[in-house]
Amino acid sequence: MKKYKSDVVVIGAGAAGLAAAIEVKKANLGVLIIERDKELGGITLQCIHNGFGLKEFEEELTGPEYAQRFINQVLELKIPFLLDSMVIEITKEKFVYAVNRNEGLIEVEAKAIILAMGCRERTRGAINIPGFRPAGIYTAGQAQRFVNIEGYLPGNTYVILGSGDIGMIMARRLTWEGCKVKAVVEIQPYVSGLLRNQVQCLEDYDIPLITNYTVTKIHGRERIKGVTISKVGRNFDRIIGSDQFIECDTLLLSVGLIPENELTLEAGAELSQNGGPLVDENLETTIDGIFACGNVLQVHDLVDMVTVEAKRAGKNAVEYINTRYGKELKKEKTFKCISGENVNYVKPDVINKDELSKNIYFTFRVKYPDRRVVIQLKDENNNIIYSKKKIYVIPSEMIELDLNLEEIKVNPDSKSITIEVIPRLEVLIEED
Amino acid sequence: MSESSVSVVKVIRCIVCPTGCQIQAVSKGSDIVFEGYTCKRGLEYAEQEFYEPKRILTTTIRVESGLLPLIPVRSDKPILKDKLDEALIEIAKTQVSAPIEMGDILIENILGLELNIIASRNLAKN
Repeated sequence: MKKYKSDVVVIGAGAAGLAAAIEVKKANLGVLIIERDKELGGITLQCIHNGFGLKEFEEELTGPEYAQRFINQVLELKIPFLLDSMVIEITKEKFVYAVNRNEGLIEVEAKAIILAMGCRERTRGAINIPGFRPAGIYTAGQAQRFVNIEGYLPGNTYVILGSGDIGMIMARRLTWEGCKVKAVVEIQPYVSGLLRNQVQCLEDYDIPLITNYTVTKIHGRERIKGVTISKVGRNFDRIIGSDQFIECDTLLLSVGLIPENELTLEAGAELSQNGGPLVDENLETTIDGIFACGNVLQVHDLVDMVTVEAKRAGKNAVEYINTRYGKELKKEKTFKCISGENVNYVKPDVINKDELSKNIYFTFRVKYPDRRVVIQLKDENNNIIYSKKKIYVIPSEMIELDLNLEEIKVNPDSKSITIEVIPRLEVLIEED
Repeated sequence: MSESSVSVVKVIRCIVCPTGCQIQAVSKGSDIVFEGYTCKRGLEYAEQEFYEPKRILTTTIRVESGLLPLIPVRSDKPILKDKLDEALIEIAKTQVSAPIEMGDILIENILGLELNIIASRNLAKN
């Protein structure tokens, strides 16, 4: 077995992995990127539409352009990487095991590991649609790869289930390639992707968006011939008599993403309610020296936010190696971050009390859309320690808060901090 | 001005921020005025969308002897919305050869619109 050593190993060469590795290299530590695909860049390579980079580069780029800028930096900095290499195990002692065709099994001994594996799509199996198993059912991202990278069209007439961003973007992409998208069907009463995609990908091309409906049957044995869609009630139960048949030869599923954390779990790190690793304010998992960033930690709306998070993970891994590596510094006193009313999840999951002078970067999502709300932080005794007005919140837009807990005078004896998003009371607080 | 000369010509959903204001282009006599916007950027967006809607076009071009069969491309400037179809047909007729570098002009001055179709990434020869 071939053995390597590297200060840091980054798993995954997508937007998160590349930015994290660059940050480590700039601090003059050794870093090795391990990627399972045959090239660097990750999923942004197949996101050929524009809308990337407005925050990071202050110009509007396509996905491949965004990736290329980071790939170029990796090459300039001569950061080593392994392609076509699948990491099969990581351990809490920070050994990384990978396999590839040239070298077989590889062991890399690291001081710190950055998890940047991204996420995968939910499939038909995850949402239990009855019917046969004909050809012509794809996840939206899979279809995106076929159309944009491999040069195949999966079909001619489409129904797209789920109004996630990839699904809506694929609706426009397929229309541009001469296909017919008959409908985008969404089980929720609202769109799950970004407004700009709803307007520019669906409304621009008169593609019907059917909310409060879902696919309840798939027709066809060899090839899909159509789907039955049905209206759903409050608990997403099918409303009898609402069935409609839509003829199509392809069904795309854009029904959510799942952080890909098999390696994380096997190493013994804890996951939290959003499916990503449980992390502290340094993006460090429950295992010392193992950090997580990007969509493996939480599904982001914008790649620019992935980059910001990945740079933080890179910096924190460097700080870990320079200050804590090899020492047993117990971090026991923590605040637990709790998701309160209308908060789906919050990152970080815990905050170390000994580092309160540093700013804490909270990211969270609401469960349902609301208008004229206030975001509140409370300590364990329900004292409001921070509040901020917001005009509009929606699950598809991640909310960020950059706060200094010392400045907002959090009670250091509190065991928890709860974030909640509640309808605004008429109190005097600063408008955002 | 009589009430009957006022009519909504177009409803534009603003995408500048998540609020998503419904902005109405209203015809009043010979003028068009915009109503329902809540910020200056929203008004600018509505005016652009009403008078001259444009989009960045992103698609792919077939590649000969490349590491991949396609290269992702974009228009280097926004293109008039009603020219998108024609431009897509023009692009579909095109084939290029690897190697290609990001930013390379693959179709110059497409349809005489004074904009180019450029490569979105590097692509090595196979």
